[in-house]
Amino acid sequence: MTDQRGTTRRDVLKAATALAAGAGTATLLTAPADAAPANAMQAAIRRVIGEAPVQPGKVTLDIPPLVENGNTVPCSVVVDSPMTATDYVKAIHIFNEKNPQPNVITMHLGPRAGRASVSTRIRLADTQTIVAIAELSDGSFWSASTNVIITLGACLED
Amino acid sequence: MARALINVPAKAKRGEIIAIKTLISHVMETGFRYSNTGQIIPRNIITFFECTYNGEKIFSAELHAAMAANPFITFHTVATESGKLEFTWTGDNGFSASETATITVE
Amino acid sequence: MISRFLLLLGGALAGVASLASAAEIPAAERRSAYELMSRETKAMQDDDTANPGTLWVLDGEALWGTKAGTADKACADCHGDARQSMKGVAARYPAFDSARRRPIDLEQRINICRTERQKASAFASESKELLALTAYVALQSRGMPISIAADRMVEFLDVGRSLFHRRQGQLNLSCSQCHDDNWGKTLAGNAIPQGHPTGYPLYRLEWQALGSLQRRLRNCMIGMRAEPYAYGAPEYVALELYLMWRARGLVVETPAVRP
Repeated sequence: MTDQRGTTRRDVLKAATALAAGAGTATLLTAPADAAPANAMQAAIRRVIGEAPVQPGKVTLDIPPLVENGNTVPCSVVVDSPMTATDYVKAIHIFNEKNPQPNVITMHLGPRAGRASVSTRIRLADTQTIVAIAELSDGSFWSASTNVIITLGACLED
Repeated sequence: MARALINVPAKAKRGEIIAIKTLISHVMETGFRYSNTGQIIPRNIITFFECTYNGEKIFSAELHAAMAANPFITFHTVATESGKLEFTWTGDNGFSASETATITVE
Repeated sequence: MISRFLLLLGGALAGVASLASAAEIPAAERRSAYELMSRETKAMQDDDTANPGTLWVLDGEALWGTKAGTADKACADCHGDARQSMKGVAARYPAFDSARRRPIDLEQRINICRTERQKASAFASESKELLALTAYVALQSRGMPISIAADRMVEFLDVGRSLFHRRQGQLNLSCSQCHDDNWGKTLAGNAIPQGHPTGYPLYRLEWQALGSLQRRLRNCMIGMRAEPYAYGAPEYVALELYLMWRARGLVVETPAVRP
């Protein structure tokens, strides 16, 4: 799962080139002002899905925009797909921007799923962007992203 | 074995899409936290989850440290025939847990 | 520690022992912290198949039927089906223990059964087993209104009340200043609840585990930058008694989920 080499300059350049190739609609993956965390997430995305372009669309990422505690954040992903034997969602990947590690989960589906609808609970260290990427049977990749604000309760243990 | 809670409808019509909810007790220690004495608490997470339906894999997942403790995963499947669903979780330090559920499909 | 408690007790006896207090939230305005939570956190509590607290409840159910100690007895051997025998119990705890002539909380009651009836060793505070059994027993009161019969415990109730109103710690804050006077307002991004222990033991998202009211009270005191009492200190039971009495009428929600 984790690349032994870490993120090399080569990886970042390759990623940038691939992004430029599919640049028309892949706006969400261009580096924002705070480039360092977004690069770790982009590199993780490239490690998981390879060089193919990612387009926003088809994916609905449902996360509350403001959460009371980052330890347990409910997160649902629904992908618009007929889920037939020839047209289905192969996998759903979730990434985060600011945790120490950018991968969250990869879920493998298939035509037997009937519906590309999954939900889980994730941990977020800080206010950040979450990206969900769906891999379809035709080799295309689609994505959605949301910014989540993390608050913290008062009166903790330490 | 770690306590797990599975929710599968006991009965379904053939071809019906059913929701399956799974919850398992696990601390999901990230490996990024420090103890009171300044030592890194080693990672201890579930890394893999799989569900089979009468022996055929219908769902699987690779989990990372960013998954919340007591992992909760829900997914869907088409009720094709009566039988057994098997759920397995594996992870760090040889962690292994499994549960089964039966479904009657009319 | 004990002498400080006795001092408080003496002070309470010397003063007028009264049940009502002017600073209290009127009954019509009493609200559980459930109402302040987000839609998603409420959903986590409402669905037993998704509530992480259920994992402990299931463990508690298993423990209920497990023989233990030199007496080789399970809870079930004396108490039968918990769904009948434990109905309403958690809603009236802390309760007066005639043998000890003081209130005890549910965890202490379970450990008394462990040591005196089952002749087994007591469960440690905050241990998985004690939390599981307490959650299982308290679940049997879910939906029932909290109802503390305070008649034999008035002095202890007064101690609890005075602890709740006592300014303490580096911030010189009392529980009452936040939870009686400023509930509903926001502190550090989260809403201040009224502080009713309606769902204990509960799954706190911050702990990522089930925990007891004592654990939560310790969090409160550390948050206030005050020195927390030791686990099992009589101050906690007095505070728990006062808090449960103050929450009278609200329903038990165990196992609750809270941020």
